Amino acid sequence: MLGLQATFFYFFALIAVGGGLMVVFSRNPVHSVLFLILTFVAAAGLFLLTGAEFLALILVVVYVGAVAILFLFVVMMLDLDMGRMKKGALKYAPFGAIIGLALLAQLVIALSGSYLAPSTATTLATPMPIPPLDQVTNIEALGQVLYTRYILFFQIAGLILFVAMIGAIVLTLRHKEGVRRQSIPVQVARNPKTAIEIVKVESGRGL
Amino acid sequence: MEVGLGHYLTVGAILFVTGVFGIFLNRKNIITILMSVELILLSVNINFVAFSAFLNDLVGQVFALFILTVAAAEAAIGLAILVVFFRNRGSIAVDDVNTMKG
Repeated sequence: MLGLQATFFYFFALIAVGGGLMVVFSRNPVHSVLFLILTFVAAAGLFLLTGAEFLALILVVVYVGAVAILFLFVVMMLDLDMGRMKKGALKYAPFGAIIGLALLAQLVIALSGSYLAPSTATTLATPMPIPPLDQVTNIEALGQVLYTRYILFFQIAGLILFVAMIGAIVLTLRHKEGVRRQSIPVQVARNPKTAIEIVKVESGRGL
Repeated sequence: MEVGLGHYLTVGAILFVTGVFGIFLNRKNIITILMSVELILLSVNINFVAFSAFLNDLVGQVFALFILTVAAAEAAIGLAILVVFFRNRGSIAVDDVNTMKG
């Protein structure tokens, strides 16, 4: 009989692995993105099981809410020719399968051994032990580490996001020809000589 | 039956191999390649969080947070480049990328 934790672990793990496989093997990119969202939600469940509550919620907010939706926008915005893309796609599948299987074999060999040598496991210093969840919440513990010891890396992460934001805007910004735009200097430089034209109208006749 | 570190590492390993295989399988479709990269980064995050929980060390979660940040920035830049490329070429076939002029 599986315990409650094991039941939920296998539930989320199966969904994550199945979703990941469907991302790769799905024919339609829109379905791929939707399965990617499913995988992220299942991974958030796995994070919750390990006690990383803040990361689980961030995964849902950032990945499902922002990144996956960005993918969905791009997939739907671009008019993709799937017939051409699928042509000759299977040519490299055996090569990929060989590399994937070799990688999997290495990982299985690594996983079937012990992860840590017994001598290092006891002497391994844990600089930041996780406080018990019933005393300090996960987000509070994370914040106390992130804003003190790792403040430099936190700022650099913010800088990376800033550069990425500016880069994405600069890359995709496009000035269309023939679109009238507001020009502040021209507006400010207007004076009565250029803006007003006085016309003498003879009575009884229109302009 | 207790869920141990090996279980989480197994899930991470399977997701990682799936992502690597996806890059080779969908090498014509750059959007699916980007999604495979996201899968690989997610598997790395699962490994970090699992080790963090089972070694009782908070640094793993901090590091997973930074990986999340970099992955988000990478997705944004990658998709922006993809949109510009599609505007210039009218297709996103990876074969056309070898001529980057114009």
